[in-house]
Amino acid sequence: MAGSGRGRGRAAFTFNIEAIGFSKGASLPDAVCKPPPPFPSTDNKPVPLKTGEDEDYMLALKQDFRGTMKKMPYFLAVEEEREAIERYSKKYQSREKEHAAWTPDWRRLPREMKPRKKMKKASVKPRKAKSSDPKSNLDVLKKIEELEKKDDEEEKSEDEKDKTKDKEGEDDDEAEEPEEYDEEEHEEVLFFGFLFTAGQIAVIELCVGCQPNVPSFSEAE
Amino acid sequence: MTQAEIKLCSLLLREHFGEIVERVGALLVRAGAQPLRMLVGDTGLSLEQVKKALCVLLQHNLATFQLPKRGGVEYEARAERVLRILRYPRYIYAAKTLYGDTGELLVEELLLNGKMTMSAAVRKVADRLTETMEDGRTMEYADVSSTFVRLADTHLVQRCPLLPNPPRVPPPAPTLVLDEKEMYTVPRLNLTPPPEDDGIYWQVNLERFHQHFRDQAIVSAVANRMDQTSSEIVRTMLRMSEVTTASGAPYTQPLSSNEIFRSLPAGYNISKQVLDQYLTLLADDPLEFVGKSGDSGGGMYTVNLHKALTSLATATLESIVEERFGSRCARIFRLLLRKKHLEQKQVEDFAMIPAKEAKEMLYRMLSENFVALQ
Repeated sequence: MAGSGRGRGRAAFTFNIEAIGFSKGASLPDAVCKPPPPFPSTDNKPVPLKTGEDEDYMLALKQDFRGTMKKMPYFLAVEEEREAIERYSKKYQSREKEHAAWTPDWRRLPREMKPRKKMKKASVKPRKAKSSDPKSNLDVLKKIEELEKKDDEEEKSEDEKDKTKDKEGEDDDEAEEPEEYDEEEHEEVLFFGFLFTAGQIAVIELCVGCQPNVPSFSEAE
Repeated sequence: MTQAEIKLCSLLLREHFGEIVERVGALLVRAGAQPLRMLVGDTGLSLEQVKKALCVLLQHNLATFQLPKRGGVEYEARAERVLRILRYPRYIYAAKTLYGDTGELLVEELLLNGKMTMSAAVRKVADRLTETMEDGRTMEYADVSSTFVRLADTHLVQRCPLLPNPPRVPPPAPTLVLDEKEMYTVPRLNLTPPPEDDGIYWQVNLERFHQHFRDQAIVSAVANRMDQTSSEIVRTMLRMSEVTTASGAPYTQPLSSNEIFRSLPAGYNISKQVLDQYLTLLADDPLEFVGKSGDSGGGMYTVNLHKALTSLATATLESIVEERFGSRCARIFRLLLRKKHLEQKQVEDFAMIPAKEAKEMLYRMLSENFVALQ
């Protein structure tokens, strides 16, 4: 009823107050109503930074070093979007790299580091040339033979001629597409400012028996 | 590696090498040794980009590769080495104080490029110096070469591990070896093209610079505690032990008083007796920077490197606590350092601080992790 569970109207803690270190009857610290301030003022201010001629020189060295690093060929920047409008400030920002290209010493690196020479152009064209020409030649020859043999089957031979023409057209289209793709890839490779030496032509796992339209690396750009 | 250190590595890589190298490097630091395919998969970058980033990291000695038993090649980042990028200005400045502008530029070029052949480094530095010289004079390659040789002699630059003789079947990755004795031998150069030292690369020896900084710290500590002459004596002792003592050794090789007397710098003409007195004083000092290990040759003395560094570190810690919490907290902290474990009551007694304040101070230090409960 009234005052039940309150110990005869007096406040009491549920644990022994002496355990935390407050002796019986001593004044308790103020109750906290809001979170402590994020940057309370301290009595002990921090010691000032060490300054002097040496430190100034080292600071200048540091800034110099960072600036130089940004111009070195080791700095790989993500290429930004090509701007539709040429900005005025572009004229005044130094765009040249200090050292144009850098080739690592391939002898000291694992073999997988060396970039494979782009074989797409070389392999696709001859292959397509080889495969398409004999095929179309053979087909044409076949058709001519059949035409000679069976004069009365004109409709059939016409159909077959059309088919071979379409096939040739398709082959040419297919040969063109990877060419364009290769040119784009080549542009992007050179853009990074890296010059890879033309090493030996390595055998590429992907090129043997691959579809010409499937790219070997998925480039993010 | 703590989270803060990993984040710092990321930022350093981004600042110096760009975002692509940062992504690859940060992944290596976080995840340990990885093969190439895993890197391509986890970073989301293209194979070309990851290869270039790895080449850059390998060139600058920030990563290594190895051939694990199960085959293939694994790449690993050297996180500690990435953090050393913060000290590059200090290394360059130390080279300047020791070997002048030429030395400074040589070390700077080596740090900018990771590793270089001697001929390339000498040529670049000579050209840079020629640009800054007035009257149209040129910097001779020979002068720069001689500075380079001096850097190599004091082990501030060292050779990179070499390719062994090529085996008949080239493995997926070369195993680079370096003979201890060959590390600092400078090849004979003509410097007229073509350069004859193809394949011999040089890198900055960071450990030697750290040794130099350590010696500087000890010498300045002695100068603060005693006087200029004793610091010069300790500097002489350390200089004599530079190349004979290993970098992690607890104390230098013993040096006799006669040897030290002979090696003192030219400007110091103190008599042998005065030197002996100084040495005795240093050896008797409670800080134990110098110890006496024998009596032959006028007394054999060593510099106790580990003890010296421990007392310097302790002094730094104590000064931090004093600046942050006040001198009474510093008193409690020094007590705890000396006695290792103390109870609440003992702290109050030994430090002679009233109980309530002692409790408050201990709690403050506990909340900032300077002190721990057991």
